[in-house]
Amino acid sequence: MSAVGSLPGVEQAIALGLTQDEYELVIESLGGRAPNEVELAMFSLLWSEHCSYKHSKKLLRTLPSSGGRLVLGPGENAGAVDVGGGLAVAFKVESHNHPSAVEPFQGAATGVGGILRDIFAVGAQPIAVLDSLRFGELDSERSRYLLEHAVAGIGHYGNSIGVPTVGGEVYFEGPYEHNCLINAMCVGLIETERLIRSAASGPGNLLVLFGASTGRDGIGGASVLASAELGEGDETKRPSVQIGDPFAEKKLMLCSLDLLERGLLVALQDLGAAGLTSAAAEMASKGGVGVDIDVARVPLREEGMEPFEIMVSESQERMLCVIEPDSLDAVLAVCEHWETAASVIGEVTASGLVRVLDGEQTVGEMPVAALVDDCPLYDLEPQAPTEAIYAAPRRVLDSSGEEDPGETLLALLRSPNIADRLPLFEQYDPVVQSRTVRRPGQSDAAVLALPARGEERPGIAIAIDGNGRRVAADPYRGTIEAVLECAANLACAGAEPLGLTNCLNFGNPEKPHIAWQLTESVRGLADACRAIGVPVVGGNVSLYNEGAEGPIYPTPVIGLVGELPDVRRAGALGFRAEGDRIALVGPFAPEIAGSELARLGGRELPTSLGELDIRRVLAAQGVVRDAVRSGSLASAHDIAEGGLAVALAECCLAGGLGAEVALDDTVKPLRALFGEGGGGFVVSGGEAALRALGGDGVAVRIVGSVSGARLTIWAGEARIELSLERMREAHGALRALFD
Amino acid sequence: MASPQRRAGRLTAGATTISAVKARVLVRPKAGILDPQGAAVERALPALGFAGVSDVRVGRLIELEVSDPARLEEMCERLLANPLIEDYEVLLDGAAG
Amino acid sequence: MKFGVISFPGSCDDSDALAACSRVGEAVQLWHADHDLAGVDAIVVPGGFSYGDYLRAGAIARFAPIMTEVIEFAHEGGYVMGICNGFQVCCEAGLLPGALLTNISRRFVFRQVRVRVLGEPTAFTSGLTPGAELSIPVKHTTGRYFAPRATLARLHAAGQVVLSYAPGQNPNGSLDDIAGIVNEARNVFGLMPHPEHAVDELTGSTDGLSLFASLAAVAAA
Repeated sequence: MSAVGSLPGVEQAIALGLTQDEYELVIESLGGRAPNEVELAMFSLLWSEHCSYKHSKKLLRTLPSSGGRLVLGPGENAGAVDVGGGLAVAFKVESHNHPSAVEPFQGAATGVGGILRDIFAVGAQPIAVLDSLRFGELDSERSRYLLEHAVAGIGHYGNSIGVPTVGGEVYFEGPYEHNCLINAMCVGLIETERLIRSAASGPGNLLVLFGASTGRDGIGGASVLASAELGEGDETKRPSVQIGDPFAEKKLMLCSLDLLERGLLVALQDLGAAGLTSAAAEMASKGGVGVDIDVARVPLREEGMEPFEIMVSESQERMLCVIEPDSLDAVLAVCEHWETAASVIGEVTASGLVRVLDGEQTVGEMPVAALVDDCPLYDLEPQAPTEAIYAAPRRVLDSSGEEDPGETLLALLRSPNIADRLPLFEQYDPVVQSRTVRRPGQSDAAVLALPARGEERPGIAIAIDGNGRRVAADPYRGTIEAVLECAANLACAGAEPLGLTNCLNFGNPEKPHIAWQLTESVRGLADACRAIGVPVVGGNVSLYNEGAEGPIYPTPVIGLVGELPDVRRAGALGFRAEGDRIALVGPFAPEIAGSELARLGGRELPTSLGELDIRRVLAAQGVVRDAVRSGSLASAHDIAEGGLAVALAECCLAGGLGAEVALDDTVKPLRALFGEGGGGFVVSGGEAALRALGGDGVAVRIVGSVSGARLTIWAGEARIELSLERMREAHGALRALFD
Repeated sequence: MASPQRRAGRLTAGATTISAVKARVLVRPKAGILDPQGAAVERALPALGFAGVSDVRVGRLIELEVSDPARLEEMCERLLANPLIEDYEVLLDGAAG
Repeated sequence: MKFGVISFPGSCDDSDALAACSRVGEAVQLWHADHDLAGVDAIVVPGGFSYGDYLRAGAIARFAPIMTEVIEFAHEGGYVMGICNGFQVCCEAGLLPGALLTNISRRFVFRQVRVRVLGEPTAFTSGLTPGAELSIPVKHTTGRYFAPRATLARLHAAGQVVLSYAPGQNPNGSLDDIAGIVNEARNVFGLMPHPEHAVDELTGSTDGLSLFASLAAVAAA
C-alpha cells in the first residue's frame, strides 16, 4: 500500500479526531501537501489529546518539577528520585480509563502492563504496583461487573509477572457510572547511574523492535482509513481492545533489564499509546535526529496488515531500542536467552524525518518536529460554573445521624467507600520479591525495604490517594487536601515524601467549567507540592471523561514515594496493646459538609471546603512522622473518610482491640465524630510518649485508652458503644460482592 | 492491496503440508470432580432468563493440524490433558486444503 | 549444604527461595534449559507462573530440559521441595500423586494461614514437633489438592500428608484440608503455602524457615 491512489481528505481527518484547522496545520507542516493515509493516521494519533496533551501541556508546565531528590524529571518514560546508597526509585501513575470501560479485565490488566513497561523502559526493576479505581454506585450491576473484572485483571497481570500489588484505593460515586477510572502506579528500583533515557542518537545506529508480534490490537478508530471496505463481521478484524500477556511481558522485562545491564542499549522506549508511531517519533524528537522504519520487517501476527495499521497498532508487550550496529549479535543472543523475539526494523538517521518504508517503497515521510512539536497547544478558557454540575447523591441514610451515632458509625463502616478492602487486596500478591514490610491494611502506606546498608535498614513508603467529590466542591482546596492526605499516609508509616506523580482525570476541557476545574486543580497541586517541598516527577492526564449524563468529578490522583531511615520502625495503624493511651494529634476542625456522612444523607456538594492551614497540617505530619521513626508510638492513623469515629473503629479492627475515648465538647458531637477535613491523626502509645509529642504549635490531646473488646466513644451528649464483632461484621460488607 | 508474501519468517499459510489433518481436542473435567467454573456459569444463566439449564461443565478446546493423527491420543495423555482429573475427546475434521 | 532453585520462564518466587535457602546453606540457580544440577544436595522447584500457567499450571514446565535431571535425582532419593507452582510441576511430572485444581472461589487468594505439621517425620519437618502450627502465606489460583479417594486413603495411612490447613484455614477447598504431601519414599515434598515468604520477621512470620533448616540439617549429613 503506498501513497499512490486517492489521498484521504479532511473528512477522514475529522473522523480520526483532528479538527479542520489541525488538518490544515498538518498540510502546512508537510510543506503544503496533503498527508497520505499513513501520515494522516500518524498525525491524528500524535496530535490526539492522549498523546499530545494539547489541552493540558501549558498548565502542566506550571508544576514544580525540579530540585529536591529528583534525578529524572517529567518527559521521560518515568521520573525518579534519589533514595541514597547509589539507588534511585522510578515511579509513575497512568490512566487506562476508556479501555477499561469497554473491557474491564483486559483494560485494567493492560493498564498495569503499560505502567510496568514505563518503569523498566528507564531501566528500573519494577518492585511494586498500586491502583486507584473509581466506579459508579454499587447498586448498579454494571459497576459491580466493572469492579469484579478490573480487580481480577489487575491481579492477573501483577501476580503473574511477579510484581507485588502493595496498595491502592477504590471509590464508588454516581458521576463515575459511565466513565470509570482505572489508574495504575508502578514503582521501580535502579542504580542511579544506570537510568536510561529514550533519546535516539547516532545516525547509522539500528532500531530494534523486541517482544510480542504486532497485530491489530487497539486500531479501532483508525480503521476508517482501511483501503478494503469493512464487511459485516469484519469488526473482529479491528479490535479496539488490547489483550495483555503477562508472561510475555515478564520475558520482555528480564530481557530489557539484561540488555541494559550489559551496556548494549543506546536508548530504550516502550510502545504504548499509538504504538510504533509515538515510540519512534518521541525517540527521534528527544534526540534531535530522524528515523527510518521499514514496516516489512515488523513481525506480524495477522495477515494482510497495511502499513498504517502496523504503525498505529497498540499490540502489547513490545519495546523499541536503539543500538550500535556492532552490538546486534550480542543483543539478539540476549533476546534469545529470554525467549523474546527481536527484529531490526530501521535505523537512526540525520534527516530529521520519520520515514516509513514498506520494503523498497517510501509510504510516509514527515518531519519529526511536525509530528511532535507542531501540534498546537490550546489555552483553556476556564470559567467558574454558575450552577451545580453534579446531582446530589442518592440518600441512603438519615443524614442527621444524631439519634443513634452507633448505628451511624455502623452505616459508615458498611458503606462502600469505607468498608474493608481486604476482599480486593486478597486477590493480589503483596509479598513477592520479599521486600514488603507493611502489607495492605497494616499501615496507611505500603512500606518496602531497600537493600541494607551495613547496620541500616532503609526503606520506602508508597501511597496513592485521589479525591473526586471534595475536589468537585472546591477544586483548588480539594486538590491540596488530596496531596496532604497522601503525605499524611506516608507520615503514619514514618516516611517523608521525596517525589510526586499525578494522574489528572477530568471531563471535557473545552467546556469552560471543566477547564476551570482543571486550572484550579493544577494550581492547588502546584501550591501543595511547593508547600511539602516535593517535585512532580511525571504523570498523566485523562480528559474527556464524560458523556450525556455529565462529567466525572474532577479527580486528581496523587502518588507519593517517601523514605524511611529504618523499616524496623515502620508505622502500623492498628492498636497494639491493652492499656496504651490514645491521642488526637494536629488540627481538629472537622465539617460535615462534603463528608461521607453528608454523601450518605443525600446532601448536595458544598460550594467550597473549609480553610486549610497548610503549615499546621504539615507540622502535625512532622510530629507524627518523627514519633513513628523514634519508635515511641504503638500506632498512627490519619483521620479521613468518615471522620474520627471511623478512624478509631479502623484502629480497633486492625489491632483486634477495643478502646474507650472521651471527646470534650469544643466541637459539636456529630461533627467531632463524623466530620472530615483538617488533617488530624489518631495515635496510640505509652502515656509519657504521648505527652512528649507536640511542640511546634501542634495540638496533642489524650482522649482515651486501648482496652477491652468494644469501642466506646463519648462526645458531648452522644455516645457510641459497639463490640468489635458488630463493627467487623459491618466493615466486611464488600465480601459479599466476591462470594 | 496487501501482499500475501509480506511477512518473512512467519508461520503462515504455505507451511501446511498437503496431508495435514485438522483435529480438535476437547478436554473436560472428569465426572465427580467439583467444577466451580461450571457451577458459576450454571448460576449465571437463569439470571439472564435462561431456565432449565443443569449439569454445566466447562472445559478447554485445543485446535491443531497434525501430519500423523495416530499420535493424537499420546499427545493428549502426555501433555494436552491430565488424565487424573480430565477426560478428553479427539475429533478429526478431515484433510486440510 | 547446597540448594538448587530452578528458574523456569515465568517463575516468580525463585529469587525469594534463593534468599531463604541462603539463610541456612549455599543456594544456586538452576536454569530450566540446562542439564546441570551443579552437584546440589536438594532442589527447590519454586512458586510463580511458569510458562504463564498455560494449558495447566506446571504442565509445560514439567517437560523443561532440567526436569530430566530433576526426576532422575528424585528417583535416586534426592530431596526435592516443590512450592506452589513447584508442587503443581511435581504432580504433573508424576513425582507426587494427585493434582492441584482451581480454588473453589475461582479467584486468586493471598492469605496468611496456619498449617499443622502431621504424619511421620520427614527430612523437611525433622526439626518440628508433630502437631506444631506454622503461620505461612498462601498465594494462588490453582491450589485445591485433589486425589482419588483410594489415593487419599493410602496417603493418610502411610503418613504422607505432612501439612494440613488448621481448622477454618483452608483457603481453596483442598480435600481433607491437605496443604502439603510427600511421596512414598518421603524425599519429594510438595506444598501450596510459601515458606520462603515466612523467613524474616521484618516481612512476616519466620515459621517457614524451619522447613529449610530441617532439610539443610538432614540433606547435608
